[in-house]
Amino acid sequence: MIKEPTKGSDAWGFAPIVLFLLVWEIASRSQILSVHHFVPPPSAIVEEFYWLTMEGELGVNFLSSLSRVLIGFCAGSLAGFLTGIIMGWNEIAHRTFHPIFSLFYPIPALGWLPLLMIWFGISEALPIALIFISSFFPILYNTITGIKAVPKNYIKVAETLGASRYKVLTTVILPLALPNIFTGLRLTTGMAWRVIIAAEMVAIPTGIGALLMRAQNLIRIDIIIVCLVILSIMCLAFERFFLFLERRLTGKWSRHV
Amino acid sequence: MSEITLREINNFACKDVSLRIKRGEILVLLGPTGAGKTTLLNVIAGLVPYHGTVCINGDVIDHFTTSQRNVGYLFQDLSLFPHLSVASNVAYGLTVRKALHREKRVDELLRLMKIGHLAERYPGDLSGGERQRVALARAIAPAPKILLLDEPLSSLDFRTSRYFMMEIRRIQRALGITTLYVTHSLIEAREMADRVGVMHEGRLEQVGSPEDVFIYPANERVADFIGPTNVLDCEASEMLGRGLVEVCCGGNKIIVPYDGGEVKKISISSRHIYVSREKPPGPMVNRLRGVIEEVMVSDLVSRCTIKIGDTFFIAEVLQDVCEEMDLSPGREVFIVLKLKWINVIEGEGVVHG
Repeated sequence: MIKEPTKGSDAWGFAPIVLFLLVWEIASRSQILSVHHFVPPPSAIVEEFYWLTMEGELGVNFLSSLSRVLIGFCAGSLAGFLTGIIMGWNEIAHRTFHPIFSLFYPIPALGWLPLLMIWFGISEALPIALIFISSFFPILYNTITGIKAVPKNYIKVAETLGASRYKVLTTVILPLALPNIFTGLRLTTGMAWRVIIAAEMVAIPTGIGALLMRAQNLIRIDIIIVCLVILSIMCLAFERFFLFLERRLTGKWSRHV
Repeated sequence: MSEITLREINNFACKDVSLRIKRGEILVLLGPTGAGKTTLLNVIAGLVPYHGTVCINGDVIDHFTTSQRNVGYLFQDLSLFPHLSVASNVAYGLTVRKALHREKRVDELLRLMKIGHLAERYPGDLSGGERQRVALARAIAPAPKILLLDEPLSSLDFRTSRYFMMEIRRIQRALGITTLYVTHSLIEAREMADRVGVMHEGRLEQVGSPEDVFIYPANERVADFIGPTNVLDCEASEMLGRGLVEVCCGGNKIIVPYDGGEVKKISISSRHIYVSREKPPGPMVNRLRGVIEEVMVSDLVSRCTIKIGDTFFIAEVLQDVCEEMDLSPGREVFIVLKLKWINVIEGEGVVHG
């Protein structure tokens, strides 16, 4: 007999993490590892996190990265979503733009960096444009896929019931395309954080990525790990946010589609 | 109540189809897969291109888009919107048309369909029968001028579909809505139709009362479809006068009721051939002696293939009667062909009832 997972079983998810941190702490403090200088104990990392926060350095850099991600991600997603609707709904638009977009889609987001550096220079527009590009294409193609995957009979039923083309789009097609669109959003949000860190490491003097590079120059492993933990938490938090939103909007019915 | 008229409808699947569906009637459109039945529904709904004319109450609606035609369409797969609750599905047509008193109308329909307790449920959580009711309620909610039903019972088991036949009939009568019902089930056609139309390869072969179509098929294609029907070629025919003709089919002399001249083909429904182990009383007119070649059991009836002369007759006998009479291959039997059930196949034209 298969047991239903219980609430208590969630605690087991944290147990390995706690154990890992404990082993790490002990190993680092007892200097068992030959490279213990390069692996500070978790307690030292937490302490550094506290000081970085108190001095305001972490906050300033974090907010720089966050604002870039939010602006680039929202703009790129919105543009991808709207373009996706047009291309998914209108066959002529799809046939016109698909060949063009399919040329650009395979280019990795960071591949655009040299070109964008020349176009925008070292400015706020550079990382935002980079995140815009990295968000635009996945959302575009997930929206198109979502719209095209809606069974044609739903559209016919809506029309026979008196729905105009606009109503069919807003009341049938888009709601049914939501699961696909959310998959795109969840994939993109992690991508946006990875891209911003990379861009800040290479070309931008502020942000978590820039802080990482400075820490690397000073061989401050503790700061590097603080930055990596923040990056991990933000990727996870954004993904969880969209998962939560998806469940709220589609949870009651999407399992049957 | 509305009257629907189709004039010379032509497209990729329909060929010169003309049809009038009377006010408040259920016209059941029968035919094999690929006959063009569903396409004809799509023509009325404006979902496919066509040449010809579709009128509702005499008004031509060819230039109307699907959403302007005000037809209720129940698709074969029901296509309930999975993201909307039962109540929202039923209300959909009213909402997009911004109809007044939506909630009252939805409540009325949920009660009529006996699904009031399911209002907040989602289609994915419903049984086949419940989904059927919701889809029907949604189709009739905006008070359409015509209801188009495309094989609505095909996904249900025999028992449930029998029940739904009665339910659809009850609701159709209660609302008095003109209905075009597509199916390939002869049982549904017999039980539900005011009139039956038979389509074959895009052409409307016959329209008439169920009795007309099932007993007197207009041609071999209709007879084939509504079968098992015995279609016999006549080698010779001789006028006997008084509306009777004696024909010779495979060496068997049969008297048929006809006053139109030479008879080339006749049909007799297998349900209307009387089988007996004993020699039937009276003169041996339309009483033929033969040997059972095969007995096939299906549902409640046994289908006996009887060889008489050079001809094979198929006769349907109730299964318990078949057992009682001990009908089995090799048995000698007599068949009786009543004049009433012998149909002369005249030609290719559509017979309108």
